[in-house]
Amino acid sequence: MRELEQFRSDVRAWLEAHCPESMREPYRSEADVCWGGRNWKFQSEDQEIWLRCMAEKGWTAPTWPAQYGGGGLDREHAKILKQEMSRIKARPPIYSFGIAMIGPALLKYGSEELKMQHLPPIVRGEIRWVQGYSEPNAGSDLASLQARADDQGDHYIVNGSKIWTSYGEKGDWMFALIRTDSEAPKHQGISLILFDMQTPGISTRPIQLISGKSPFTETFFENTRMEKNQVVGEPNQGWTIAKYLLTHEREMIGETGNLQSGAELLSHIAVKKLGLDNGRLSNPVLRTDIARFEIDEVCHQLTMERARDETKAGASLGPSASMFKYYGTELNKRRYELLMAVGAQDALIWEGADSNEGELARRWLRSKGNSIEGGTSEIQLNIVAKRILGLPG
Amino acid sequence: MTLVLNEEQLMLKESARDFLQQRAPLSHLRELRDSGNTRGYSPELWSEMADMGWTAILVPEQYGGLEYGYSGLGIVLEESGRTLTPSPLLSTCLMGVTALTTGGSDEQRRKYLPEVAAGSHLLALAVNESSVHAPCSVATAAQASGEGFSLTGRKTAVIDGHNADTLIVSARTRGTEHEADGISLFLVPADHPGIHTERYRVLDTHTAAHMTLDKVEIGPDAVLGELHRGMAVLDPVLNAGAIGQSAELLGVAQEAFERTLGYLKERKQFGVLIGSFQALQHRAAVMFGDIEQCKSIVLKGLRALDKGDENLSEIASLIKAKLSETAHHVTAEAIQMHGGIGMTDEFDIGFFLKRCQILETFLGDHYFHLDRFAGQRGY
Repeated sequence: MRELEQFRSDVRAWLEAHCPESMREPYRSEADVCWGGRNWKFQSEDQEIWLRCMAEKGWTAPTWPAQYGGGGLDREHAKILKQEMSRIKARPPIYSFGIAMIGPALLKYGSEELKMQHLPPIVRGEIRWVQGYSEPNAGSDLASLQARADDQGDHYIVNGSKIWTSYGEKGDWMFALIRTDSEAPKHQGISLILFDMQTPGISTRPIQLISGKSPFTETFFENTRMEKNQVVGEPNQGWTIAKYLLTHEREMIGETGNLQSGAELLSHIAVKKLGLDNGRLSNPVLRTDIARFEIDEVCHQLTMERARDETKAGASLGPSASMFKYYGTELNKRRYELLMAVGAQDALIWEGADSNEGELARRWLRSKGNSIEGGTSEIQLNIVAKRILGLPG
Repeated sequence: MTLVLNEEQLMLKESARDFLQQRAPLSHLRELRDSGNTRGYSPELWSEMADMGWTAILVPEQYGGLEYGYSGLGIVLEESGRTLTPSPLLSTCLMGVTALTTGGSDEQRRKYLPEVAAGSHLLALAVNESSVHAPCSVATAAQASGEGFSLTGRKTAVIDGHNADTLIVSARTRGTEHEADGISLFLVPADHPGIHTERYRVLDTHTAAHMTLDKVEIGPDAVLGELHRGMAVLDPVLNAGAIGQSAELLGVAQEAFERTLGYLKERKQFGVLIGSFQALQHRAAVMFGDIEQCKSIVLKGLRALDKGDENLSEIASLIKAKLSETAHHVTAEAIQMHGGIGMTDEFDIGFFLKRCQILETFLGDHYFHLDRFAGQRGY
């Protein structure tokens, strides 16, 4: 106990000394997020300092082992770091699919060589990773994917395409599911392969969403060379790793609400917009829905906290991640529905500086994708029903 | 502090579950009902619960208790929700004890707490006056009379009112009917000749009472807490009550869900297990998730009670609102998923819906607490 308290005061002092003032406020918009990578242009000197300091401590990936550049913290210490960061409203130093997705999969399934090659640059924010999972004909039925690798001895030649690659054109490296054995049953012929996005034969095309511009791309492979030593785990064992990685992705998406941590309470926004009548929100029916939402938000956050307390640091939440993904995204959709109701006719505005180019309307539309990406809500409920509840079929 | 039970608490949970499954399974409730029992609980079982130490959990050590806190009592309440075991745990050991530890003088505590801890004295909270839970609406008058007071009025829905040895009665010492200020609390012997008790059974054989007070003369030492400021005691008591009810509702919901899940895995229609139908799987998955959330917040609420958290009113209402909603949904779905057999009295699943409705409604339902939560958050 005393050791933990000492750690807390050390962390507090260290953060006080190293976290720049301007990094101690919530993101004003998505443009404030630091993604890192080869071509990353820091938006401010503070952003760069903050990432560098945290990376030196390994605290961009607090629970990863120190030999790969991580912080080497166990669950309790990592929780203290998180609490102390949120106490001063410190922004995450980096938002990274490397840390949230491929890193944990490499730690569990990668060879020593792959770990040494890829993990330290992830911790330092030097390489920006993107995901190649879905294909035009492989959405919910992901295992029917068709991007195909032909065995050429020490390497593969890959043809096919991926869709819904977030930030595809900005990615430095991709982790992708590729069919390496076309004869095997669909779950058993897939490999998880890592490759540099600058490899010849890779191109991307942006996707426009109902909300306007989007970070998603389609990614095309045309006779693209991929190295066999970049296969994570054994060839054709990719599906198991893919599922493990998905639990981390779902956990990350389940925290969608927390990306805006420090964000204003919905009820405060409503009070400002609609006003109080005898101490109560002027629309009593909307008030009820807001109260229900705020209660469910607390329930979700506390349940994620409890699940982390029950799980070893850095370990996967397993099928429970599906439950959190389901609740986190459904809640975020509800939040935006209520914000639209509170915003009323102003919320319809699509352009102009007053609305920040229709930011609310666009975010509301974008939130509809939350319960589709990373596995639909229906897929998550299937997983809970079968893997947690043990229901048949 | 992490949101998990420690080893000691896990042991308590296990021993509570073993005891209740053996000594008071659901058939116990059915027997009480069918035998026309008028108390609504079994005194023999109650004295066994006292032997287990449950009546002493919340009582401070200096008054003969175990001082094991709300987290401890919450575990027992949750388990007794699973077996739907009727007992005065909520009225006496949770709310009664909280009233005395919050507002009682040393003398009052010495008078009541050791006997409560021993299981030989029951308390009941007489705070409502209409069908709707509204603790600030008090018309019952406490008029100065000699050195003490004379109480006149009518109290409704007093849980265990007919069983209690002592009533905790709210009455107005000044102000108008709906004002919080001017409400005072009094410890009144239940056998006082000026009290008329109308006992009634509710849905599932639990009992409550309406009580009429006609010039009930009591001494000055009967005042619990400060005069006119009874809400300062009553609020914490009702918060503890709401969280305790929520712990019990959590047990009710979990047991109803687990029984239903079992049924989905054994009942066949169209030649297959009905649990293979996606229409049922998704509903079951959502119920599972909702119950997981309820576990987290009940744990949080009990911890908040033990810590004396300053936002207790907000937390308590959040929890009771959520647990009412979830347990109600789960117990109603339990009947639907059991189909026709779920509607029969012979089958047990219907008892869960009944118990849920009672716990939900007494001391403020989903709507009451939703409204209170919003108020606490400033809207």
